[in-house]
Amino acid sequence: MYSNRYIFIYASLMVIVVATLLSTAAMLLKPMQEKNEAVAKMQGILAATDIDASADSAIRLYREFITGEMVIDPEGNVLSIYRNGEFERGKQRAFDIDIKRELYAKSMGDDYVMPLYLAQRNGESMYIVPLLGKGLWGPIYGNIAFGPDFNEVSGADFGHDKETPGLGAEINTDDFADQFIGKTIFTRDGEFTSVEVVKGGASSLPPDQRRHGVDAISGGTITSNGVTDMLENCLEGYVPFIEKHIVNKKPV
Amino acid sequence: MQELINIFVKSIFIDNMIFAYFLGMCSYLAVSKTVKTSTGLGIAVIFVLGITVPVNYLINEYMLSPGALTWLGPAFAEVDLSFLTFIMFIAVIASMVQLVEMVIEKFSPALYNSLGIFLPLIAVNCAILGGSLFMQEREYRSLAEATSFGLGSGVGWFLAIVGIAAIREKIKYSNVPPALRGLGITFIITGLMGIAFMMFMGIKL
Amino acid sequence: MRSDKKDKEPLFSAGNRKLITTPLGRENPITVQVLGICSALAVTAKLEPSVVMALSVIFVMGVGNVVVSLLRKTIAPRIRIIVQLVVIATLVILVDEFLKAFAYDVSKQLSVFVGLIITNCIIMGRFEAFAMSHKVWPSFLDGIGNAWGYGWILIVVGFFRELLGSGTLWNYPIMEKLGLYSIGYEDNGMMILPPMALITVGVIIWVQRYRMRDLIEEN
Repeated sequence: MYSNRYIFIYASLMVIVVATLLSTAAMLLKPMQEKNEAVAKMQGILAATDIDASADSAIRLYREFITGEMVIDPEGNVLSIYRNGEFERGKQRAFDIDIKRELYAKSMGDDYVMPLYLAQRNGESMYIVPLLGKGLWGPIYGNIAFGPDFNEVSGADFGHDKETPGLGAEINTDDFADQFIGKTIFTRDGEFTSVEVVKGGASSLPPDQRRHGVDAISGGTITSNGVTDMLENCLEGYVPFIEKHIVNKKPV
Repeated sequence: MQELINIFVKSIFIDNMIFAYFLGMCSYLAVSKTVKTSTGLGIAVIFVLGITVPVNYLINEYMLSPGALTWLGPAFAEVDLSFLTFIMFIAVIASMVQLVEMVIEKFSPALYNSLGIFLPLIAVNCAILGGSLFMQEREYRSLAEATSFGLGSGVGWFLAIVGIAAIREKIKYSNVPPALRGLGITFIITGLMGIAFMMFMGIKL
Repeated sequence: MRSDKKDKEPLFSAGNRKLITTPLGRENPITVQVLGICSALAVTAKLEPSVVMALSVIFVMGVGNVVVSLLRKTIAPRIRIIVQLVVIATLVILVDEFLKAFAYDVSKQLSVFVGLIITNCIIMGRFEAFAMSHKVWPSFLDGIGNAWGYGWILIVVGFFRELLGSGTLWNYPIMEKLGLYSIGYEDNGMMILPPMALITVGVIIWVQRYRMRDLIEEN
């Protein structure tokens, strides 16, 4: 009772209607979605400097406190500097770097670049490094801020979402992130060691290593290890930059 | 190679479609009354997942994700069709299921009869679409990884449904409180099996 | 009464009201018809995503049933499954895009599970069983009713899992405010693990069948 011709025309019409509808919706909503993603990224970066930005204020606060963006390579060279809305060097904004792609290139041994954010707060300058790693249930991410010596942590913020909401260790709490403040990523001899999330608590470490460790979250061994790996993997690429440019690395 | 085995084992035991994500529960609950039909459906799911996940991987890689169309020419580098993901994936799945149905009908009429209504239901089995969506979200890096994930998820689903069917065959002889009989106790047993499977979570791969 | 009104029943006639109320209990899609469990239980660890998921399904089912019912006379039986899938997929993509644009946090939490509404068997099931053979208004009510019957289970499960598992409700630390921690109460972390969703639903079924004896299955 339905001819092939009818079915064919019906199907084509359906495809056209659906395609028009979906592409219109996608096009209209795209700017808002991209803005949401950018705002979420800004909120994360600001959170590392202990600024709690709402979705409405994130863009304003980002302009106010994040004074510069740099792109650096694994040899420690500065490829581009972006300050006050214009490029002082290079052509790439750190904000536009997809660290997922860069970290993958790093793991494959290819060339990669790293973003670095500069912040000014209460007259103190900070370096902020974005982080990305693997937790138990999916990606974990975060931002960690360092003082002017690029050694002592002045703030951190972590998060995980995806897959199963509510599951996984609660690394997105302030209690966990605030533990990082005051820890250092270099030993007294100037060697890179990162910060470790220690099961059983940082107090179980030998005294001279306690400043490189924080307490793990109970019941979150795999996520805790994920945070440790993420910190080391993301931070090690910055070491040549630090050794080259941050001369006044304070012996602590 | 080691990475492939890791993904395979992980998707069977740790990220089990049923116990960790509840995917494919409808047919899981409806078909799991006897071991025989469960085995048939389980194999069909392995087969369909093993085909659709890699096919959808290729579609995602060369059509949908941002910049995927670059192979057509530099003018297409900016095109982002990712909003079509769901519809493309489900179309691929529906046609693959149709194919499997025809193959089974031709080669095993007995199986075809016993699976009856449930074969078309595989098209709307969440485990199948879920497999493709997880493949996209977890960003497997090669066709081999995607295939290994698809097959592993299928085997995990197979294990779960055959396991619950065996338990349900035995539980007929138990004295279950009347209000829990059938569906209720199946839910609770699935939960308990899920807890048992959680012990695999500590395995570091 | 004019004669042309004879076959028009009022919008909320007894029959139409039943379309909304039976799926809430006696014909509940989850606890009785065993449909649509797949896509949703994984989002019930917290109340908020459960509610968003329930609302999304209500939207997709209400609108989907109307669209399918409008098209029902034009759909050739041979391609009806694919037409239904396209209708659902289109609506789900719209929901997903809207969530990404206006409720970004929640959309990140729900991730792939929004997409899995497509394979929610309730939707296909109601298209097949109802919308393909009924007029627009009853189809709409049937869609809303079934989606709500599904949604309330989701919300109940989400409520208990968040309350007992995290000690919060809608991220509000209710247990802490009640001062229960200071007298030795502890959250049961088990509740936020996936298996407990199944067991919670099992208990809901138990309670429901205890009250509605005729639903009890033969062993």
